[in-house]
This record gives sequence, structure tokens and C-alpha cells, in this order.
Amino acid sequence: MKKLFYLLIFTTVIAASSCKKDNYKAPGSTLKGRLVYKGDPIGVEYNQVPFELYQSGFGKVGPIGASFDQDGNYSALLFDGNYRFTIPAGQGPFMWKERATGGRDTIAITVNGDQTMNIEVTPYYMIRSPQMAASGGKVNATFNIEKVVTDANAKGIERVNLYINKTQFVSGADNIASAEMAGSSITSMNNLSMSVTIPTISPTQNYVFARIGIKIAGVEDMIFSPVQKIQF
Amino acid sequence: MNKIFKITMAAVLLTAASCKKDSSFLDVPPTQVLTNDVVFSDPALALSVLANLYDRQVDFSNFDDGWRSFADFSESFPSENGSYYIVQRNGWDYAEWNIWDYGYIRDLNLFIQRLNASNGLAASDKTRFIAEARFLRANYYFEMVKRMGGVPLITEPLEYDYSGNVTNLQKPRAKESDIYDFVISEAEAIKGQLPVNANEKSRASAGAALAMEARAAVYAGSIAKYGATTPQVSLPGNEVGIPASMANGYYTKALTAAQAIINGSAGSYALYKVLPDLSDNFAAIFLDKSSVNQETIFIEDYKVNSGRVHSFTVNDQPFSISDEGYDAGRLNPSLNLVESFEKLDNTFAPLPTKDASGNPIFYNNQLDIFAGRDARLAGTVLLPNALFKGKRTDIFAGYLLADNSILSSNEAGSLKPLPGTTTPVQVVGKDGIVNGLELRSQTGFYIRKYLDPQEGSGRRGRRSDVPLVRYRYAEVLLNAAEAAFELGQAPLAATYMNQVRSRAGLTTPLAAGDITFDRIVHERRVELAFEGHILFDMKRWRLAHIVWDGNPMSVTDLVSNIGSAKKRNTQPWGLWPYKYYNPASPNNGKWLFRETLPGPVTGANRFQFGNYYSMITGDITAANPKIVKQPNQ
Repeated sequence: MKKLFYLLIFTTVIAASSCKKDNYKAPGSTLKGRLVYKGDPIGVEYNQVPFELYQSGFGKVGPIGASFDQDGNYSALLFDGNYRFTIPAGQGPFMWKERATGGRDTIAITVNGDQTMNIEVTPYYMIRSPQMAASGGKVNATFNIEKVVTDANAKGIERVNLYINKTQFVSGADNIASAEMAGSSITSMNNLSMSVTIPTISPTQNYVFARIGIKIAGVEDMIFSPVQKIQF
Repeated sequence: MNKIFKITMAAVLLTAASCKKDSSFLDVPPTQVLTNDVVFSDPALALSVLANLYDRQVDFSNFDDGWRSFADFSESFPSENGSYYIVQRNGWDYAEWNIWDYGYIRDLNLFIQRLNASNGLAASDKTRFIAEARFLRANYYFEMVKRMGGVPLITEPLEYDYSGNVTNLQKPRAKESDIYDFVISEAEAIKGQLPVNANEKSRASAGAALAMEARAAVYAGSIAKYGATTPQVSLPGNEVGIPASMANGYYTKALTAAQAIINGSAGSYALYKVLPDLSDNFAAIFLDKSSVNQETIFIEDYKVNSGRVHSFTVNDQPFSISDEGYDAGRLNPSLNLVESFEKLDNTFAPLPTKDASGNPIFYNNQLDIFAGRDARLAGTVLLPNALFKGKRTDIFAGYLLADNSILSSNEAGSLKPLPGTTTPVQVVGKDGIVNGLELRSQTGFYIRKYLDPQEGSGRRGRRSDVPLVRYRYAEVLLNAAEAAFELGQAPLAATYMNQVRSRAGLTTPLAAGDITFDRIVHERRVELAFEGHILFDMKRWRLAHIVWDGNPMSVTDLVSNIGSAKKRNTQPWGLWPYKYYNPASPNNGKWLFRETLPGPVTGANRFQFGNYYSMITGDITAANPKIVKQPNQ
């Protein structure tokens, strides 16, 4: 009986002392946005283009890293405070400002509550007015290419791909069929057309997702047009 | 009276005992800790410290890290449920393969410093121990530079002065070429202090130092030369990347070092040519630890019943010949690798599964399809119906029936009646092939290299003592051939390469004009398969992002361009044997083969520019701001 009493006291004391908060609040401010060039969204491959956020003033400095999704969106859940945003060297199908002293430039961001900030970059190329439709068991696409960077940093086109997939993730790694056009065979940047045969899909479905990607010579990540769902 | 006497005596005794100084009373020599003076005045104790340093060497593919360190890169398929991630991922994390063990470097530096300060050792012991520690240090820096590029070059133990300021301990990364230069100069410096003895295999010898130097120089030369094709993979301070102008200097050093071994000045090394069957002979290079084996130069040795054994044979033995129930068959070489072994007329060809009109080709024996190929194929890979421990492997995927349907089962070795009969017969091999059935072959092949034919080697209680070969003479010849080729001495390159090839049964020599870059790449791939070279070779030739480009492989990809250095190699394919059942046909009971992608393979390897040099993680860069980040990360 007495033992039980002590046990009761003991648990009450533990329970009471646990009421005190023992941890920080979880980060609650969302920073989000997307990659844009003059307001036009830039598509990339899912999980392949990383970005980094740095917050200094708390001892050792390390990046908070994540990557863009395939539509070029990003988001991060952060504490309020001052951050610097950057994209690591050699990542993304676009140019990022370099500092005169060398190294990548950073964008200063003050996070105070939820906020949206688009990341303005200079892509080497843009895919303009892509039109995609299915006919005769094929997906046909027409589009124009705009060469954005024309100065000393300009790069050639290695190849252009039209990818289709049965899910909404469409890229070189995720596709069921693709058509390829070598960069050397492009004579005009306007009214380009490509088509790809839709293979048998199991289980059957009457739609595919498609998009066009440009592989820029010497740049690892491809730049993509927006994903379209195509019924057939 | 008596009482007073006793008290006095006690007082006297106490006083007398207290006369000892307090400091000497407290200063008791420890009985469990060996001091530096003790250790470094006894050769046996110093050697035992050195043994610990030997044991901490890092190898890419090695037995202590298990069979999985031999898998990957589409050269093999992992037949184990927990390891399918290797073929289901689409690439590698940037941090993969990174090492940064400066604790080991510090221990090596301390060992050298303390030996230098000691007086109690014979001069010959002291010289040899120091040379061995310098060899291990250079070898570890070589391992780091292969994975990380230039790293801080620390050759003295660093001491913290408790001032609260650590900036004097924060060292920046050296240039990539500086680390290679360090490895080469250390090898040059110690080669004369190490024993010239081809039978000294598990401790550093002059041959080991020279073999390390040749390999390091050939790596540096190729990074200088082929790094020019990937300017993205470099840093402005050359912490990553070597200027192209340095290529010839490195190749010359590589050739000189390799020739020092070839001309016998480092000991009587030679290719292993003992057994009459060339495939058995090739397999025996890795099994024979006697003095007959003059090919191995530096090995990691094991010994049965000593506790120092490994599980390679337990994990990878054929399931039907296993000594241990349900512990077998994990490492399955891929068809990609198997078909790259040449025919005996020095040409490349896919394994003939179909004739010109697309009909299957039938074989009386499963081994017939592999006939007339490089003997290293059967020495590296355990083919279907091949012998191991006196038994034959039993690998087939099912029966092909007259109506072109397949009679098979989801259970290895299960029995079913054939159409028109009632007696059940075995319809799948005891070693598979069933898609997704682990521990049996899922490509049609098992590994043979390092597989121990000793009785009991497959038992968990005994395990195996086959040594890991770190440096061997054939690789020295190939390094010499590569260096000679890059220096424009193709006839010399052909001489070296033909020695390796004729040992493998390729007796028609290659002419100087036949030696191409693709030939060099191919020869290393087949000779040194599963010896931990493929990743570093593909990296230094800057081929990794081309062969592992992330695109899935079709059958056409698989069977075309064999022997081309830039051939896609993103998914491990299998070659599945079927037995033909059609009593009306003359081919009844014969074998046919189909190229098949094992079911668990859903990913395709993609090697990104950021994978060329492994990530230096945030904890390191945060602790030392002088460390620059890797390119493309």
C-alpha cells in the first residue's frame, strides 16, 4: 500500500515537472519561390539543381541545402532571421552572378513570416511557345529556341530531347520514350519540330506527360519547357 | 610496559615510512600503459604499433568492407534483398566514397617522429620501420587524392597550444598535383630503404613502393591529359585538376618506375604461369600464397583459425554448392562485363544468341557459347555449368517450349511435368534464375575471382583466408603500357600489353598500330575486374560521366560497340540460359540464351560532374574555413 503511494507521488512529480517546455519552437516561416527569367518560369530536372541557404551568427557556418523541383519551384521552412541564398557552382542550366573577387554571389534575404521570392537567373537558352499534341500514336511538338546568352559566355546546344513519361515526372532519367535532335542539325531556331512514338503502356492509360529539354554543351543540367499532360 | 613498547614501535615505523618523498610515493610506473621509450626501444613492440597502422589502410574494394564493396558500376548485380538499392538508384550522392582520416595521418606522423627520436633500436630496424610508415602515409594520401583531389598535406604531427586560437592548425588544400608529387617523391625516397624481396608481400617492399609510384604517376598523367576535356571539373587554385602541360612528365615517371620493377631491380617479379589451364591459372593468382606466386607484389593477408578471416566466399559461393544454407550467391557479374572479354582472334563480339535472321542459336552445352574467348573470362566469372569444388553450377531460367512459351517456376530447383508428360522434372536451376530471388544468380553468372576452393571456406565458422591483392605485376605491365602509349612509344606499349594478353591465351600479338586508347581502357577493365580499379580509372580518364550517363540501356546498346571506351554501362544485364523442349525438333534438349535485364534493376547509373571529387562535408569546411569546396557541388 505504502509502496503504491510512493509510486504515485513519484509519477505525479515527474508528470508535473515535464510540463515545462524543453525545446525550441519548430521553424515556422515559409520561404518559397521559383526560378524565373524575366518573369518566365524555368524548368529543370527534379532533384538535380540544388540551392543553399546560409545563416551566420550561430557558430559554425554550414549550408541549409535543398533542391528545386522540376517546375523550378523551391521552398524552405525557416526561422525568422537573415539568410543568404546561393546556388552552388556548376549547377543549373543558367548563369549565376560571380563576385569580382571570385566565388558565387549570394542574395540577402530577410525572413520575417511567410514570403515568396522568385530567383532571377540568366539561362543560356529558353524554349519558347512549345506546342504539343498527340496524333497517330505519336506526340508531336513544335517550339522555338531563344538564345539568351550571346556574349563570350555563350554555349552551344549539344542536343534537344522530347521526353514522354506515364507519370508527371519527365526527364532524362524518368521517361518511357524520347526523341533526340543533335545540336549540329539545328539550322534555324524557329519552328523546330520533333515527334516521338508512344510505346505500349501497361497498365493502359490514355494520356502521357511530355516536355522538351535542351542539353547545353558543357553544362550538366538540362533546361526544360513546362510539363504538359497530353490525352490521346 | 609492554603496551608502551608496542605504541612506540608503531610510531617509529610510521615515522620511518613517511620519510619517503610524497612525489616519489605518487609516481608509480603504470603497468598497463607502454610508454614511448619502452615501445620504441623494442623492435617487436614497434612492429606491433606498425601492424595497427598497416591494418588501417583503406582500399576501395576489400574483404573487410564486405562483398558490397565489389559490387556496383554495372559490372555486377547484387543478388540480396537488402542491396537492390545499388541497381535502383539513379546515381551517387556527392559525398559517396569520401575519406578524411587525419587521425590516421597523425598516428603515422607521430610514429615517424617517435622513431626518429628513439635510440634503443638497431639502425636497420629503425630505417625499415620509418620507410614502411612513410609508405603507408604516401599510400593513404594517394587514396585521398584519388577520391578528394588536393587535400591539406600534413607531414608533421600538429600540436594545439591551448591558446584558444586554432588558425595555425587550419591548413588549406594543396594542389592535386602536389599530392601526387608527394606520393611519387616519397616512393623514390624510401625504395632503397625497403627490402628488395619478391616474397615480402604483406609488408611494404621496394616493389610495392615502385608499384605505388607507377600507379600514382599514371593517374596524375591521365588527369592532366584527359582533365582538359572536362574544364568544369577543376578549381582555379588547382586543388582539383592538373595542368595539361604536366602530363608527359608524369607519364615518364610512371614508365621509369614500372620499368624498375620489370627489369628486376626490385625483386624477381613475373607473371603467374603455373597451371596448364589458363583460366584456372588466372584464378590461382589470387589464391596462391606460396613463393611460386611471383606476381603479387603487395597484399592484405588473412589466416584461417587466427580470427583474421573474411566472408567473401561465404557470401558469394554458388547457392547449390554452398557450405552454408542460405548464405551464397550475392555478387553476380553482369553480361556487360562478360561480353567485353575478347575472342581469341583479338576481336570483340557479343555472345551469339541469335543468328542473322533472328532465330535462337542452340548449344549442346551451356559452356559452348563462351568457347574461344579470353581465358580470363572463365578465370574471373563462374559461368553456367562451370566447375567449383568439384561440382557444376546449375543455372537456367526455365524451359522454352515448342509454342515459344516458357515453362518456369518462382522457386529455384522446383519440379513440374513438361507438356505431354506426367513425370515432374526440374524446370529452373538450383542456382536460379528467378527474377528477384536473392542469393542465387540473377544474371546467369557468379564471381570466381577470390572465390576460395578450399574445403570449408564457405562455412561461417571457418571462412576464407584468400588474400586481397593490392598491387600485382600484371597491373605494373599495364601501367607501363599506358604510359608508353601516351608518350608515343606504341611498340613498347604493345610489348608490355602482349605479355599480359598471352598469359590469358590471346597468343596473336597486337601490333604497335593496334594499341589505341580504347585498347588500354579495355585491357584494364578485363584484367583488373573486381580489383577496385573501375571507378578510379573511369574518373581519371574523365569517362565516368560518359559511360554512366543515366540513360537506361537497351539490348541494342548492350550488344553494340563492345570494346569502345565510351560504351554506355548504366545497368547490369544478364544472360539467361533456357533449355529447349520440343521432342519433334532436332534441337530438343539443347540450350539457348536470352539477354535479360534482371527485374530488380530499375535505376540507371548517372555520374555527375559533382561526383568526380567526393564532397568535403560541412563539418570539415565549418571547422576549417580555408578548405575550398569541390567543383560542381
